[in-house]
Amino acid sequence: MASQFALETRDLRKEFGDNVAVRGLSLQVQPGEVFGFLGPNGAGKTTSIKMLLGLVAPTSGTATLLGAPLGDRAARAKIGFLPEHFRFHDWLTAREFLILHGQLYGILSARLRERTAELLDLVGLTPFQNKQLRTFSKGMLQRVGLAQALLNDPQLVFLDEPTSGLDPVGRRLVRDIIRDLRDLGATVFLNSHLLSEIEITCDRVAFIKHGEVIRVSELNTLAAERGETSVTIRAGGLTPEALAGLNQWGRDVRADGDHITLTVTDDSALPAITRHLVTHNAEVYAVTPQRLSLEELFIQIVGTDGGL
Amino acid sequence: MPTFIMARLTFLEAVRRRIALAAFLLGLAFLILYGVGFYFITRETGVPTGSEPTAQLVRSQIFNFLTNAGMYAVNFLTLAMGALVSADTLAGEIGSGTIQALVTKPVRRAEIVLGKWLGFAGLLALYLLLMAGGVLAIVYLQVGYRVPNPVAGVGIIYLESLLIMTISLACSSTFSTLATGGTIFGLYGVAFIGGWVEQIGTLLRNQTAINIGIVSSLIMPSEALFRRAAFEMTSATARALGMSFGPSFVISVPSGAMVVYAALYLIAALAVAVRQFSGRDL
Repeated sequence: MASQFALETRDLRKEFGDNVAVRGLSLQVQPGEVFGFLGPNGAGKTTSIKMLLGLVAPTSGTATLLGAPLGDRAARAKIGFLPEHFRFHDWLTAREFLILHGQLYGILSARLRERTAELLDLVGLTPFQNKQLRTFSKGMLQRVGLAQALLNDPQLVFLDEPTSGLDPVGRRLVRDIIRDLRDLGATVFLNSHLLSEIEITCDRVAFIKHGEVIRVSELNTLAAERGETSVTIRAGGLTPEALAGLNQWGRDVRADGDHITLTVTDDSALPAITRHLVTHNAEVYAVTPQRLSLEELFIQIVGTDGGL
Repeated sequence: MPTFIMARLTFLEAVRRRIALAAFLLGLAFLILYGVGFYFITRETGVPTGSEPTAQLVRSQIFNFLTNAGMYAVNFLTLAMGALVSADTLAGEIGSGTIQALVTKPVRRAEIVLGKWLGFAGLLALYLLLMAGGVLAIVYLQVGYRVPNPVAGVGIIYLESLLIMTISLACSSTFSTLATGGTIFGLYGVAFIGGWVEQIGTLLRNQTAINIGIVSSLIMPSEALFRRAAFEMTSATARALGMSFGPSFVISVPSGAMVVYAALYLIAALAVAVRQFSGRDL
């Protein structure tokens, strides 16, 4: 079953006894996309990822990764995975750990040495490469785990809660790595509780609840989907006429000193608003459309009951 | 290739986590104790010292008995080592989640199981060689005595330790570490009691007791295998008298078929380990 998608699932289902963990997951992820996987606790996200990676056998349904059926070893050689609650053989040093996983990927030793050094450098662990992992902090472990997921220059990377345990610097590192992966044409499948992370990094998101996809959205068009955008303006020298004139483009106009907020129905109003302020001699510093926050959307779609 | 990577990792783990070190230090302590004990037993008890044939014969029987008693302890320590190292290997890695980054690599799950098996087999071989070699060397250096067929005897003990290790691995692929440990301990108990029931049955010519012993040996051939190993390493004189030297006197010797049975048992247990681990959710 050839598939042009980096990842495609059809009615993937998993039952544990009477308990249905994933009811019927159907997803299509484009090559080169950064895809966010969202849902409340217990929605079946981790089980879904485990099925995709062959850790858990689906009860029914089919899926392909990089065009190959689940469990295909040739496909797995091109996939990277950072498991949730990443645990490892902590009696290995960081370098040994990467070498081991590289060997399991079948990377030849000369290339592997080179790649290990590159990755240790990328995640900032070069000075600690000969320390056993048991001495590492949670953030350092997350970094070495991330390096492990990149050893094989993967075409498809699964990151399950990659920023948990990371400080802001580490989180930025993860974001940069995801961006680099996208630039290299890799597909990233990201499961994160941190909606702000998803918001910054992802092209599309799937919302899942009770083991089913209830909505897939493009992040850039989220605002359009909702039909309106909130705009924040910072400008000096505002006259009452200038303010009153804003009503023709939007509603809920509110001014607080140099700050104005209003809600517009379309981004295309922004140049007109700017022009209007400038002709009224206002000094415009910023006109910023606010994306609908993902958190709002999450609660709107998934509901406040958290899917329980 | 992944099999050898896993075997190497298993070996390295035993070294890094100081399991190997602890086992070897305790093994060394045993050998020292055995050496000292052997020294005093052979000098301060009534071992005949004369050079007439009867004295020589009695002496060599005593040395044979003492060597095999030492081998029984080595046998037990090697079995314990086999069960302990492998009981946690799959269950522990599944529990902690370290297995997840391994099985999602382009490797077969069977390769992971076989690699671990190979690593443990290497570890046990090394341990047994040092321990059994130590006992044989202590006896030879002190009194110049050599047991018959040491290679066959130690080989059978090795098979026995591999069997226990493999059963432990198979349990570990399905059950928790604790349940695995309990199962192995129980099986060992069945074999141990069954072995003695069989011997007493043989002594009293009670066929029911003998049958109970045989059935328990089929459930768990460890004790029977040791009796076979002891038989291999017993002098022709004692054999002619219908006994061999174990920790005490062995009067019911399992046939060579038991060794073949144990080998088949081992292969089956390994197949179960691979099958269970390959089929389960992690």
